[in-house]
Amino acid sequence: MLILTALGALGGLTVVLALLLIIAYKKLQVKEDPRIDIVEEMLPHANCGACGYPGCRPFAEALVREEALPGKCTVSSDEGRQQIAAFLGVDVGASEKQVARLACGGGINVARNRARYQGLQSCEAASLVSGGGKECFWGCLGLGDCVDACDFDAIKLNAFHLPVINEDKCTACGDCVVACPKDLLSLHPVSHRLWINCKNLEAGDEILEECKVACTACGRCAMDAPDQMIVMKENLPVIDYRNYQDTTKPMERCPTGAIVYLHPQKGKITGPKARPVIRTSARTDAPT
Amino acid sequence: MGLFNTLPTFQRGIHPGDFKDLTRHLPIERMPFSAELTIPLSQHLGAPSKPRVKVGDTVQRGQLIAEPGGFVSIGQHAPVTGTVTAIEPRPHPTGRMVESIIIATDPFSPQTFYNEHPMDWEALSPRELISLIQHGGFVGLGGAAFPTHVKLSVPEGKHARFLIVNGVECEPYLTSDHRVMLEEYDDLFYGIRILQKILDVRQVYIGVENNKEDAIEVLRNHVPDDMACEVIALETKYPQGAEKMLIEAVLHREVPSGKLPIDVEVVVNNSGTITGIGHMFRFGQPLIERVVTVTGPGIKRPANVRVPIGTPLTELLNFCGGITDDTRQILFGGPMMGAPQARLDVPILKGTSGILCLTENEINVREEYPCIRCLRCVDVCPVGLNPSRLGALAKSRDYEHMLDFHVMDCVECGSCSYICPSNIPLVQRFRVAKGLLREQQARNKAS
Amino acid sequence: MFRKTLEIGTSPHIISGNSTDTIMRNVVYALLPVAAYAVYVFGLAALLLLITALGACLLTEYMLNRWAGNPSPLNDWSVTITGLLYGLTLPPHLPLWMVFLGGVFGVAFGKFIFGGLGYNVFNPALVGRAFIQAAFPVAITTWMTPFTADRFAHIPSSTLTLPFLEPVYDITSGATPLALMKFEHHTTDVYQLVMGMTSGSTGETSALLIVLGGLYLIARRMMDWRIPVALLGAVYILSTFFHFIDPTRYPDGLFMLFSGGLMLGAIFMATDMVASPITHAGAALYGVLIGIMVYVIRVWGGLPEGVMYAILFGNAVSPHIDNFIRPRVYGTGKKRSLS
Repeated sequence: MLILTALGALGGLTVVLALLLIIAYKKLQVKEDPRIDIVEEMLPHANCGACGYPGCRPFAEALVREEALPGKCTVSSDEGRQQIAAFLGVDVGASEKQVARLACGGGINVARNRARYQGLQSCEAASLVSGGGKECFWGCLGLGDCVDACDFDAIKLNAFHLPVINEDKCTACGDCVVACPKDLLSLHPVSHRLWINCKNLEAGDEILEECKVACTACGRCAMDAPDQMIVMKENLPVIDYRNYQDTTKPMERCPTGAIVYLHPQKGKITGPKARPVIRTSARTDAPT
Repeated sequence: MGLFNTLPTFQRGIHPGDFKDLTRHLPIERMPFSAELTIPLSQHLGAPSKPRVKVGDTVQRGQLIAEPGGFVSIGQHAPVTGTVTAIEPRPHPTGRMVESIIIATDPFSPQTFYNEHPMDWEALSPRELISLIQHGGFVGLGGAAFPTHVKLSVPEGKHARFLIVNGVECEPYLTSDHRVMLEEYDDLFYGIRILQKILDVRQVYIGVENNKEDAIEVLRNHVPDDMACEVIALETKYPQGAEKMLIEAVLHREVPSGKLPIDVEVVVNNSGTITGIGHMFRFGQPLIERVVTVTGPGIKRPANVRVPIGTPLTELLNFCGGITDDTRQILFGGPMMGAPQARLDVPILKGTSGILCLTENEINVREEYPCIRCLRCVDVCPVGLNPSRLGALAKSRDYEHMLDFHVMDCVECGSCSYICPSNIPLVQRFRVAKGLLREQQARNKAS
Repeated sequence: MFRKTLEIGTSPHIISGNSTDTIMRNVVYALLPVAAYAVYVFGLAALLLLITALGACLLTEYMLNRWAGNPSPLNDWSVTITGLLYGLTLPPHLPLWMVFLGGVFGVAFGKFIFGGLGYNVFNPALVGRAFIQAAFPVAITTWMTPFTADRFAHIPSSTLTLPFLEPVYDITSGATPLALMKFEHHTTDVYQLVMGMTSGSTGETSALLIVLGGLYLIARRMMDWRIPVALLGAVYILSTFFHFIDPTRYPDGLFMLFSGGLMLGAIFMATDMVASPITHAGAALYGVLIGIMVYVIRVWGGLPEGVMYAILFGNAVSPHIDNFIRPRVYGTGKKRSLS
């Protein structure tokens, strides 16, 4: 008898609460434009922030409100963007896949350490301690803050402790750019294939003692570049990407390989005159 | 003030050994002028100085070679008579490349300093005195290198009642302030008079730790009769020399979180800085040299050396006999807060109080364990923070929460890292966190 | 000039002599006399018990950490302490298979799942004992008589019971002083309690050696004296107060202090640094709370011994104590104004 009462009471309570929930769901529902849900479904759900909005749902809301164009989503494929544009009846908008690029080639096989750093294994922490201990003050410290910052698994350290960016996985969200204390990472359109792989502001052949692939500011790339595409500023060549021409001519006389061409299939190519790398392990004895 | 110990002090803190026996009895010696001196335009907190000379100019010792680059900036002077050979980026003890003026010393010059403009300070107004101090290139010689004239420029509505002379020198190994107090007290009291005129303080205190008993005695014997100045012996404890801790010990006041000492009517200055100011008003010589303690087990002949600003570190080390073969770390400053150097071709700066050469024996890199919440760090933090909690938050990158736990009040003294049995690099984590938080705050302000 | 490179480390560049593994090792040293005396009192049974407890804990920690990718899990000596303490809280002739299971459980669920050293909320030794208490309630309350004549020659049959079988006890079972007090109102002489001549769990019998171990650690500044003082003080004050009210019903303060696992718990278990609060004031409060709980469970609870649950309760409350009792930051609070 008692059991039946208990069952009945609990069962009745369940029914009452369920009814309350149903009523609440119906009455308190927020009326939204139903298109937002559909557009959100079409987005890649990466929540990376590359579009400039704090997530895919706010971006969907902005799309429906016609504040943004589908082209902003660099993570979607071309068809995805077309699909959204077609659904909403708007233009796709200009977009080109952007990726993060590293402006340093100084792995431990080519770049020397001046002092051995002991402490927190983080680039940010190391750069606060006398710059990090690398001979080249501007060079990559190889402790992986950018790898930690990437949510998309697009950056990995190679065998020489240099970050390598997987252009397919990179969504150009910008987290790695913020993470690098030496400001070596930046976002660029994929089509800009000619790239200056160094940020050393010193000039002269003595720099090669610091790093074998550093830019010695010899200026040959600037001389050979068509239409003044490359200018030397503060001992470093700067490519003017506004009048960019896809050519490998400036690379042909580079003696160190500081200027590279990022070929979509072959990867990083250096010029024919660039000296090959001759050390396979880092020497850490400091010069006097 | 404790019940059982009669010397005033602040709460908590640590007692690392003082290691000052290597140099405490060595009188100040002068080193010869190096062939080339590098004067960085930014060796202080604030805007870099602007050069007033160009490549090829000849300069006299004591001549102004760079002007203040703003209010929070100072003048720079030539430490030697010679020729300007370059103005370009050069290695700097912070690890960056900083624009510097390079002077080649004239080997035939007697390098005498001529005082062309003797100063009658009693006729000058406080404002003019402050301007002279700014152009004289004075910064805090205790290590922070904050422009002194900014500290002395009391804002409207605030008033300084007390001047505390910081003769504490709490860092182990360093003895430069000690020797200056022992040997140059005339200049020190002259400088205090100048500051009294600028600030109109009612009482001056000279705080000295009790491991410098000879200095305390000498100072007490030589306080001018007409000066309201008291020499206070403080308990030897680290970080007694930190501004906030010193104010707590001497005056039993606390500087409110986020505010400055002037908000509690106090101005604190390093004893070496005031001595330098006194020297300038007596003899006209601006800040072109300072006393540096070169010490540590890695240096062959420890010494207290009067060094011209801009002398290369290698020259100074050679003057002291050179470093031993097993030297592994060379610090600018003391062992608790000093900056390690990756290269030896850096210049001695105005804020360099000591060069410490440590060998393999002193550098013990121990294994890092997880935090065992042993509460030693909470016991020693002079500011009363919870370093264990802050460390855990920093590790999980929860920087906003760290603000709630007052991470911005951290003075980065290193007591917590020193005492931690798990060898966690606490101060390093806090520095990184504070840097990121400051960047974030700057970005928020900008947007 | 150099043969080797310069090093650049982070400041401070000198560090104190403390080290986590040194502290842990010293706690083990402080426990060794207690363990040795336990073997002296209870013989081979105790020896096997301690070895099994230690072995179970070490093995579990090692295997789990290797699986998790930690290369050297036994470097800090913390799990050695756990193993010893866990063994010392068990009745001497508990079947070894139960001892082993409890050790595995204690380290796995009291330490490893929280994240290992530094992250555990509860004292892992007590978690292990709590498991045994819950799973084998009869076995854990069957006590061995101390100083039996053949304790070094004969291993009790219960100790070597095959796994998962119920133990069969020899006639060498006796009651603890607390059980005698609670269920038979029979007091035991304080001298006997202090010198360890009574029955009880393996490590709790000699209060004198425990106190000596604690004093050693306090002298070397490896233990916060406030916790045991607060804990024992609270128990003593409460028991003296109630004894004063009704001497026949409530035992006196000294009996309460020296009987059962209170000494061992107060000095070695409650002072586990990871599970206790991080401020001195918080630690004192924590000690008082545990002391009150011990008294309440012992006098009015269903069990004669309450130290284990009281300490686990204290461990659970300690993070909350940390949130409310924080050190005052310089420049905030009442000292802000000008003096």
